[in-house]
Amino acid sequence: MYGKGRIIPALILFLGVMTSPIWYNSGEVSKLPKPEKPKDYKECVAPTQFMRTSHMVLLNQWRDNILREDGARTGRTANGTEYVRSLQNGCLKCHSDRKKFCDTCHTYASVKPYCWDCHLQPKEAM
Amino acid sequence: MRILNPFIAVLALIAVALVAAQVPGGQVLVGIILPYLAFALFLGGVVYRVLQWAKSPVPFRIPTTCGQANSLPWIKQNKIDCPSTKLGVIARMFLEVFLFRSLFRNTKAEMHDGPKLVYGSSKFLWLFAILFHYCFLVIVLRHMRLFMDPVPGFVSALEFGDGFLQIGAPVFYQTDAIFLGAIAFLFLRRVTLSNIRYISLPADYFPLFLIFGIAFTGILMRYFLRVDVVAIKQLTHGLATFSPAITGQIGSIFFIHVFLICALMIYFPFSKLMHMAGIFMSPTRNMINNSRMVRHINPWNDPNIKPHSYAGYEDEFREFMKEGGIPVEKE
Repeated sequence: MYGKGRIIPALILFLGVMTSPIWYNSGEVSKLPKPEKPKDYKECVAPTQFMRTSHMVLLNQWRDNILREDGARTGRTANGTEYVRSLQNGCLKCHSDRKKFCDTCHTYASVKPYCWDCHLQPKEAM
Repeated sequence: MRILNPFIAVLALIAVALVAAQVPGGQVLVGIILPYLAFALFLGGVVYRVLQWAKSPVPFRIPTTCGQANSLPWIKQNKIDCPSTKLGVIARMFLEVFLFRSLFRNTKAEMHDGPKLVYGSSKFLWLFAILFHYCFLVIVLRHMRLFMDPVPGFVSALEFGDGFLQIGAPVFYQTDAIFLGAIAFLFLRRVTLSNIRYISLPADYFPLFLIFGIAFTGILMRYFLRVDVVAIKQLTHGLATFSPAITGQIGSIFFIHVFLICALMIYFPFSKLMHMAGIFMSPTRNMINNSRMVRHINPWNDPNIKPHSYAGYEDEFREFMKEGGIPVEKE
């Protein structure tokens, strides 16, 4: 083999970089996020699986529908409970603590929604 | 056929993944066993290929010289394109690896009326190639959010920069669009230019289709079909900590995406994609052009065979040469 002095260190570097997530985690299994569910309310505006994957789309739809198409500000759940189609007055009414609900998964998945650039949760505004 | 066959191959891969995601046990196979297998084959294959390359001797200096070599002091040397020092080679390799300099020098030849042969600069290949490669890099680094916990700062910074336009939710990444555009260009280039189409093989189209498939399923997954990211991170982070588990509902689209990536990783060491390592190993780029300054001795020369100068040759055969009427230098 020729060029050992350069090729072997380069290959070791390559393997190190490629497997870096393994070293970075060092085998520690992280805890899954456990968003705190509201105690007083049983039913969300949509099924859990839909909310898990598509809540951001729903929020965007509400915004576009209400602000741009003059849509209704309230909606009804499958069981007929009325809710406000709003992040601050709707979602945060039940999921009142942003840090214990929204942020748990967002931090885990490195999602930084810009909702909070403008919207505040009620307690923060005080 | 050279285009159609690789296309059908990629479609077949997607179909296999789609079926595997539905049958019991298939999700474990595609989501856990196959990624480990593919990753091991990828790493092992790349190392094996590089070691094989390292076994071939390059006894002579064979750099491609694209400029004036080191010569008389009043002739200006092109220090990067014909490097005679280690520093020059480092500069040349840096520009090659990070900025694709040799693609930047791409020219096209055209025949005009006359007949007149015209050479012109052609920068589009360089432009789209560099967009393709850097977008791919950013996309791969962004995916580290799924393999590392806590997510390192550079990943968040890349995500922020990439989603800078703040379009929609989940936020739109510019690299996704640029990446698809660049692949489309690289494909259309092979199809529309008759001389490039003539030399294009299935091995050229297959990685293009495969990478397009990966990008396309990724985009579908993020923006249109949407999946439970927390459940996915549990699986992918589990892969990196050797404790993978599939809980929760993950859509089939995720398994198609993963299956195509595994196919790419397995295919990688066997294919032209090895240019990733090959670029560092090209003697035509990484050698110092100093054959006029340093004597390079062939490493497999037999030390028992001594150099035989002309004077020695004449000493040995002088009598025979004189007899044959061949002029000699020393009587």
